Amino acid sequence: MAAQNLPLAKALNESLRKALETDPKVVLMGEDIGKLGGVFRITDGLQKDFGEERVIDTPLAESGIVGTAIGLALRGYRPVVEIQFDGFVFPAYDQIVTQLAKMHARALGKIKMPVVIRIPYGGGIGAVEHHSESPEALFAHVPGLKVVSPSNSSDAYWMLQQAIQSDDPVIFFEPKRRYWDKGEVDTEAFPGPLHKARTVREGTDLTLVAYGPMVKVCVEAAAAAAEEGKSIEVLDLRSMSPIDFDAIQASVEKTRRLVVVHEAPVFYGSGAEIAARITERCFYHLESPVLRVGGFHAPYPPARLEEEYLPGLDRVLDAVDRSLAY
Amino acid sequence: MTVESTAARKPRRTSGSKRASATTATAKKAAKAGAQNVTPEQVQLLTPEGKRVEHPDYSIDLSPEELRGLYRDMVLTRRFDAEGTTLQRQGELGLWASLLGQEAAQIGSGRATREDDYVFPTYREHGVAWTRGVDPVNLLGMFRGVNHGGWDPNSNNFHLYTIVIGSQTLHATGYAMGVAKDGADSAVIAYFGDGASSQGDVMEAFNFGAVYNAPVVFFCQNNQWAISEPTEKQMRVPLYQRAQGFGFPGVRVDGNDVLACLAVTKAALERARRGEGPTLIEAFTYRMAAHTTTDDPTRYRQDEEREAWEAKDPILRLRTYLEAEGLADEAFFQELEEEGEKLGKHVREAVRAMPDPDVMAIFENVYADGSALVDEERAQFAAYQASFSTVSDSGSAAGEAK
Ligand SMILES: Cc1ncc(C[n+]2csc(CCOP(=O)(O)OP(=O)(O)O)c2C)c(N)n1
Repeated sequence: MAAQNLPLAKALNESLRKALETDPKVVLMGEDIGKLGGVFRITDGLQKDFGEERVIDTPLAESGIVGTAIGLALRGYRPVVEIQFDGFVFPAYDQIVTQLAKMHARALGKIKMPVVIRIPYGGGIGAVEHHSESPEALFAHVPGLKVVSPSNSSDAYWMLQQAIQSDDPVIFFEPKRRYWDKGEVDTEAFPGPLHKARTVREGTDLTLVAYGPMVKVCVEAAAAAAEEGKSIEVLDLRSMSPIDFDAIQASVEKTRRLVVVHEAPVFYGSGAEIAARITERCFYHLESPVLRVGGFHAPYPPARLEEEYLPGLDRVLDAVDRSLAY
Repeated sequence: MTVESTAARKPRRTSGSKRASATTATAKKAAKAGAQNVTPEQVQLLTPEGKRVEHPDYSIDLSPEELRGLYRDMVLTRRFDAEGTTLQRQGELGLWASLLGQEAAQIGSGRATREDDYVFPTYREHGVAWTRGVDPVNLLGMFRGVNHGGWDPNSNNFHLYTIVIGSQTLHATGYAMGVAKDGADSAVIAYFGDGASSQGDVMEAFNFGAVYNAPVVFFCQNNQWAISEPTEKQMRVPLYQRAQGFGFPGVRVDGNDVLACLAVTKAALERARRGEGPTLIEAFTYRMAAHTTTDDPTRYRQDEEREAWEAKDPILRLRTYLEAEGLADEAFFQELEEEGEKLGKHVREAVRAMPDPDVMAIFENVYADGSALVDEERAQFAAYQASFSTVSDSGSAAGEAK
């Protein structure tokens, strides 16, 4: 298999299959990942082909899942954990933050924690409470964790490979509303490192930075702005911890304006970190303050209001206009 | 697959159980029904064939009217539930979690509660809500996506649905600790599933309940499945036996027997009221529908399993009993049918008329005391929204929302 056109979900499935094939130490763990293939079918068919020893349906206990994954990692395995939905990672938050993230440092580097925690995240699918949240900043704030999110099928395939091969714990956020979007996947063309940002669209007037589900919205916004004669550059961050500030800086030195877009609440969000660092690095290049577009300081709303809550084309374009108006 | 492993995990712990001898009759009957039902400990007062049987610890004497009342509750609950599924299919609800098959567990236990007791449900307790007098339409708001709860828990002592599994068992225990501190004689009941019983929270709730001797009843509806995972992927010891390790009694009841569910729950609530602490009740039942409307059970379970459980239908067996004993006539069933139609129509109309919330509701009730941050974001968003109506005048929305 070389290049294929796959939905993002299928790309993840192929990536997990490849990992199970190439490394006997890789094990998958999670709720309903066996016969059902996970509620999003990301593990579809894997238990059938690799057996219950490799693809493990666990009891319904997130702290238990992550805690035992840590133990398996200590024993030389590479667990890839599925959390069913974003809002259900919190019973495991203690294990992730107090144990998983710090083990390597506490052991003075003598042990490694190659654990991947896959979390379908974000809104836009009309779900009930706890099924639409974007808690990436809560993890990115924790030293010792890598936090990444693919936005397309190729990255889904490759970034998951890289996450599994990483000797550090990786929180792998999957943009659930993009699961069904198709894209080209070349399983032979190895891309750049996991933490490198990607320029999705070149432009000269302003830089839009996004990751995961918001990349598509920003690309659409850039296309709409182009019709009004504005040239917008779009960067897909891919990694929220670490962040490829060099790539953002290079882009901002060119465009002199920056808008950061994410679904998570703006307050204390990843946009704040980016705005602060880019202001430090590019103060004399900036023509306007770094603006942020994201969720409000309010619980993720019920489904009937999520279209208003989520940054859409209009809110991104509004921020673009505001930035250009300075 | 459930059949083999349930049988496989039985002998070691249960053969020595003291309870086993008291219920041998039930055991034999159950054994005949299939390996899956080898539950010597199961309390049963009404057999699947609709025959009334006695149990030494849980006798119950109900008037014909009360018996008809339980039947009515179950029928209307099933009707409401079916309406939920239909409304989801028609796009009126985003999701529905059906209780099909669990009517007896919910109505029996719910009817055992007193008005001043407090109920902590999970997300599937539509029947319990019914017994608490909660307007069924209120339950649909969160499934329609217009709110995250939508009722005042204190008006019926029925807490909000909890989606994160197991969490509410701790809330119930804390509430019960408060009841005890207040010297009140009410009790608390917490509902959860067999899958949820794997969560640390539930174990912690058991322990707090025991340590503080809290007046709380833990009511687990073991419907055999946690989405696609059968009970043997959750536990290796019959669930009710877990209570022993925490220092309070556990009892398994035939969850498709409304009389047994009522009797056992009543006894447990009274025990809690007397200050004797928690009880774990495992209602052994079956989820006949999909986990929710987004689930596809054909991927993980066999049709025969559902068929075997259909033979134990909680509603059918009570009807058989009522008819055989002449406790209800044709007119009763006829009227109930009409009442069901009416309920369905009411629910349908009410749901279709349920408006989308105002956008600004996003910013409501984030804090009880208010917050300058929320106020600022609300004002910004309001200005942004307003900018759309002025687009035609100013030619651009820019600047307005600054
Ligand atoms: C902490 C947490 N993890 C995962 C989920 C997703 N989830 C919702 S219901 C469910 C199965 C629960 O099964 P069970 O407790 O047996 O109750 P049932 O739905 O069968 O009534 C799962 C895994 C959740 N809601 N909360």
